[in-house]
Amino acid sequence: MLNVVKAEIRKLRRPTLFFGTIGSALFFTGLITSFIYLMIDSPQGNGDRGRTIGREVLELSSGSVNGFASVGNFLGIIALCVFAAQTAQEYTYGTLRNLLIRQPGRMKILIGKLISMKLFALVMISIAAVVSIAISYFLAPGAKVSTDLWFTSEGFQEIFTTYINVSISVFAFGIVGMILGLLLRSPISAISFGVLWLLIVENLLIAVKSSLQSWLPGAQLSAIASGGLPDLTYKHALTVGGIYVVVGAAIASVLFVRRDVAN
Amino acid sequence: MQNTAISVSDLSKKYDDRLAVSHINFEVPLGIVCGFVGPNGSGKTTTMRMLLGLITPTTGQGHILGEPIEHPEKYLSRVGAMIEGPAFYPALSGYENLMVLAKLGGFPIDRVQELLDKVGLGDRGKSKFKTYSLGMKQRLGIAAALLPNPKLLMLDEPTNGLDPEGIQEVRALLRDLANDGTTVFVSSHLLSELEIISDYIVMLRKGEIVFAGPIGELMAQQQPTIIAKSLNHSDLARIVEISEKAGHHAVIRNDSVHILAEMDWAPVLNKAAFDAGITLAQLAPQLPNLEETFFEMTGDK
Repeated sequence: MLNVVKAEIRKLRRPTLFFGTIGSALFFTGLITSFIYLMIDSPQGNGDRGRTIGREVLELSSGSVNGFASVGNFLGIIALCVFAAQTAQEYTYGTLRNLLIRQPGRMKILIGKLISMKLFALVMISIAAVVSIAISYFLAPGAKVSTDLWFTSEGFQEIFTTYINVSISVFAFGIVGMILGLLLRSPISAISFGVLWLLIVENLLIAVKSSLQSWLPGAQLSAIASGGLPDLTYKHALTVGGIYVVVGAAIASVLFVRRDVAN
Repeated sequence: MQNTAISVSDLSKKYDDRLAVSHINFEVPLGIVCGFVGPNGSGKTTTMRMLLGLITPTTGQGHILGEPIEHPEKYLSRVGAMIEGPAFYPALSGYENLMVLAKLGGFPIDRVQELLDKVGLGDRGKSKFKTYSLGMKQRLGIAAALLPNPKLLMLDEPTNGLDPEGIQEVRALLRDLANDGTTVFVSSHLLSELEIISDYIVMLRKGEIVFAGPIGELMAQQQPTIIAKSLNHSDLARIVEISEKAGHHAVIRNDSVHILAEMDWAPVLNKAAFDAGITLAQLAPQLPNLEETFFEMTGDK
């Protein structure tokens, strides 16, 4: 298993992939976190879908990670793309047969790949967390937001909790990407389907019927990153999102183990 | 102690209603070079995939180095393989691609540079795989197959894309490996190459074994051939007619007539052609070679 993780890390540390992914994560982190402070008095709102995140919210002990929690969804989509591409490319390049000749334990390959990609995602999440908190800290005075409660013991507890929630959400998005990669066996199909579903289809469905927010997979994973939403509790999102991920992973694993490698 | 590298019994693979490989049986002894030949679509790659645990057989059993193919984890650490061409990550260098496989298999990493040198890629190891020529990609595939220092090496068309010098190098490499005790199971379209290096031949046609055994035994089964070429291309059919009338099977192939007959029938044909007003441009007896034998046995014109 350790050999699989080491081999996968060699692929993931490729500069174009590593710096490209971290660069995208930093771009979205900087953009979304900055918007919260720079647009704080905008009548169009400064949060997701025109929501207003006021000073009274940002001055709470959880204020430092408000931007980081908001960017969790984008980090999740980046993870979905990376996990999907890294999995599906083994089929399109034909490299899966090389992997299976050197490591015939298919579950070992799958779990080793997942562990290495989670490590990769963890690096991305950690960098995004540090950058988002730093941007928030430097923009807060200009937006007349007090940071007094941010770095108290309660504030650190909030940072830790948000970090865990965002990590769970990003890992789950990544696993969804991996499942799509295994099912569709093409990076372009897996990424297109995943991103279109999460960014467009789910939002349209929720706009038509708001109660679907409690049951669609992407909405659950986004709610986990935010630690729950006003109309979607953290516990519900964790349960429903968890069921989606576990069932999807089980189906994809069985297919991966049993399916002939004919390309 | 087992003395077969590959042993296959009643092995089949069915896709929908089509049998890609049909109840094949053959054995490959240890320490030899075995050529695996057959027309396109005859089931060579499917057979290799089954032997490597990549696809599940529909029926039958197989053993590699004494271990059942249902448990590839028991033998793949001693097997090197390249099937259906070299497959690597385009954005990684040749060196990095081999490192991925070395890490995965738990092989010593200093073997990577050693193998790059061995296949003539020592100075291009740091270049990205996508910048390699077809021949270089093929060499990298061979290097990857050699990573485990294999007891059995399975190569599918290893000389594809190689220049004549490269083909000669691969031939020498495979022969050296066999001399050192590695069993080499190799498929190739270059039958003349296989004829030079193979001790053993397994021949497939439409998913069925046509011949499996020592190459000498295969050649001994074949009749000598006379090759006749006429000055006028339209006379080829008449030469076939003359030969068939005399009881010798003949076919037109590559602008000449191939007649299954002993060498001493050549003067008889020469006279018969002269009497029929045909001017022969070439009349040459030819001992059977693998290519001729392949065409005869697979029925491929």
